[in-house]
Amino acid sequence: MSSETKQILTTDGIPLEISLKKAERKNKIKAFLLVAPLLLFLIITYIFPIGEMFTRSIDDKMITNMLPKTFKSMETWDGKELPSEEVFASFLSDFKILVEKKEHGKLAQRLNKEKNGFNTITKKLFRQVKRNKIDETQSIKEQIMKVHKRWRNVEYWQAIKRTAPPYTSAKYLKAMDMYLNEDNKITQVSEDRRIHRILWLRTVEVAFFVTVFCFLMGYPIAHLLATLPMKYSNLLMICVLLPFWTSLLVRTASWMILLQQQGVVNDFFVMIGLVADDNRPEMMYNKVGTYVAMTQILLPFMVLPLYSVMKTISPSLMRAGKSLGGTPFVAFWKVYFPLTIPGIGAGCLLVFILAIGYYITPALVGGASGTLISNQIAYHMKTTLDWSFASAMGLMLLGGVLVIYWLYNKLVGVDNIKLG
Amino acid sequence: MSKNTEFVKFDKVDKSYDGKVLVVKDLNLNISEGEFITMLGPSGSGKTTCLMMLAGFETPTNGEIYLDSNPISNIPPHKRGIGMVFQNYALFPHMTVYENLAFPLRVRKVQKDEIDKKVDKALSMVSLSGFESRMPAQLSGGQQQRVAVARALVFDPAVVLMDEPLGALDKNLRESMQYEIKHIHENIGVTVVYVTHDQGEALTMSNRIAVFNDGKVQQLSSPDKLYEEPVNSFVAEFIGENNTFGGEVTDISKDICKVKLQNGEILANPISVKSKGDKTTVSIRPERALINPKDKMDNNQTGKIEEVIYHGDHTRVRLDLLGNKEFILKVPNSSNELDLKLGNEIKVGWNSQDARALDPK
Repeated sequence: MSSETKQILTTDGIPLEISLKKAERKNKIKAFLLVAPLLLFLIITYIFPIGEMFTRSIDDKMITNMLPKTFKSMETWDGKELPSEEVFASFLSDFKILVEKKEHGKLAQRLNKEKNGFNTITKKLFRQVKRNKIDETQSIKEQIMKVHKRWRNVEYWQAIKRTAPPYTSAKYLKAMDMYLNEDNKITQVSEDRRIHRILWLRTVEVAFFVTVFCFLMGYPIAHLLATLPMKYSNLLMICVLLPFWTSLLVRTASWMILLQQQGVVNDFFVMIGLVADDNRPEMMYNKVGTYVAMTQILLPFMVLPLYSVMKTISPSLMRAGKSLGGTPFVAFWKVYFPLTIPGIGAGCLLVFILAIGYYITPALVGGASGTLISNQIAYHMKTTLDWSFASAMGLMLLGGVLVIYWLYNKLVGVDNIKLG
Repeated sequence: MSKNTEFVKFDKVDKSYDGKVLVVKDLNLNISEGEFITMLGPSGSGKTTCLMMLAGFETPTNGEIYLDSNPISNIPPHKRGIGMVFQNYALFPHMTVYENLAFPLRVRKVQKDEIDKKVDKALSMVSLSGFESRMPAQLSGGQQQRVAVARALVFDPAVVLMDEPLGALDKNLRESMQYEIKHIHENIGVTVVYVTHDQGEALTMSNRIAVFNDGKVQQLSSPDKLYEEPVNSFVAEFIGENNTFGGEVTDISKDICKVKLQNGEILANPISVKSKGDKTTVSIRPERALINPKDKMDNNQTGKIEEVIYHGDHTRVRLDLLGNKEFILKVPNSSNELDLKLGNEIKVGWNSQDARALDPK
């Protein structure tokens, strides 16, 4: 009761809170309408595609829909001995429907991925079905087992059962060079087939070193930009931004011209006698090329956040450090450097995240030893058309970035980032 | 022990940034040990440049600066041992108050317990004990200012430079900080070189004031002398209020001269006029001219009241006097028997001693 009596009223007698809400509602609606297009855009172009990618990467519904009865009857099967007559019968009826729809090929393909050898035996079964050789009044189990000896092998039935769940983690395991074996255990693929893990490691390594190189080169540039008088710093700024205004392809191509074995840099090395003419070093189609080109291309992303932070640091702080007795190095290290950490964090995070998903440059100058995981993703998108695998790898990349972001937040704090 | 009167010495110092304009011209300035000297002047007069040269952030284009008889032009700032308080305080924002104060001691490799002691002492000197663990951003402007002063003093420098340290504070705080800095100076006897464009600040705090204009020291003297006896019309104009008459000397003797104005003639004290026919600007402080003087004065004129402005403790009266429509009088509010009405004619008198005939404007 007391709170009601204390309620503040406006001069018109309406409770103040209600009146305030009413007055602010219009503004809130306006603000929301202003943001709405962006929100819609984000949902359509970002959240929806990522969700789509995710479902695609774990989707295994196709086979679930192809063999509904089989999987239903397999539920009671313990998976140790050959399945019962009932399972064989429902498999045959599912298979017949597929033959009618001419989808038995797809089934063979999918099962073959699970276990080699399904192609042949499915084809044989198809022929039997086509010729109506299977008499449904007799034991279907016996007849199917006669089609090929592999139908008598329990491992193949186990493989079919493994495909039952509508979702699968197989793509993710494959991206880590692993798979689920017969006993549903995660196993590594044989050593000579482990290609993805090398690519992941290389991607992280390249992104890390590109970030380090960008930092080492970008820090002095940003400092110079922030301290030079306006007329020089503008010119320098244009030089930094110039790569932004040039097509990525052109820039990468120009690095190809510079770095190739008969290229400008090698010519120069030969000219000054650093290397022999018949012993020109490979600077392209390997990691060196990837490092050089990516560092140059990503440098502005390091310089700009650093610059924006350094611009706000008053020059009198360095002076104060020196006048208080610090050597220039001490004044820099104890005063200036700690104040630039928000910029360093922002720049490094930006460069690392961009580098980890870089595609064109490594594709053009990377060669075999300089390609990254993104090139592998592109390969599966365009060449093998295994989109679900590409999606899985793409999502793993996204997850990795989020983990880095989370780590950064733990260590430095995201609210410490300053992009400009 | 006699104090070194040439503790800091500017010897024929010139400074130019672009090779075309001299910002500081032939500066000769001696600062004695323990002195509080203020460099006062309008912006662009070269006072901050002088301070920066002393601190080591600028090098003289010509000439030499001596600190305790040692030339210091080639000594980098961090080896000069000069404390400095910056215009915007320049406290290190990522360090606590304690760390800020400990910084100059740590770089000098002072022992930990010694640091604690000195920081403690410096903070109590500016009455900020107990603020050790605050960050600068958590302090008010005045508190930041005090930390900056404490930091500049904590390592016992021979000289402390202050570059308009009170510029960012509001009026009341500025005044109390003026006294505080003055008292700190009196207590520890450090040599202070203070830069400001605020004449009130300069008059309150300094032992001596160097008035800068156009890269030159116009006058170097104690605050009272500067105010009472300006040597040229720039100083007279810049320090305090000032009534001026432009005219020509018609007669001159040792300590009095006759100046002919556009419409009238007055007696003045010849400061920078030498002979008959010299052009001159006569300067009179507003409080030296009295209304209806009771004592006998050798200048007596009549003026018309143009404007009366109430100022609380005094009233400003603007007169039209001898063709000068900007002649200001300050009437203390104790003398309320006066009839100060617009358009009234009143009698005004002043001694020729207080009317200083300076260089023409």
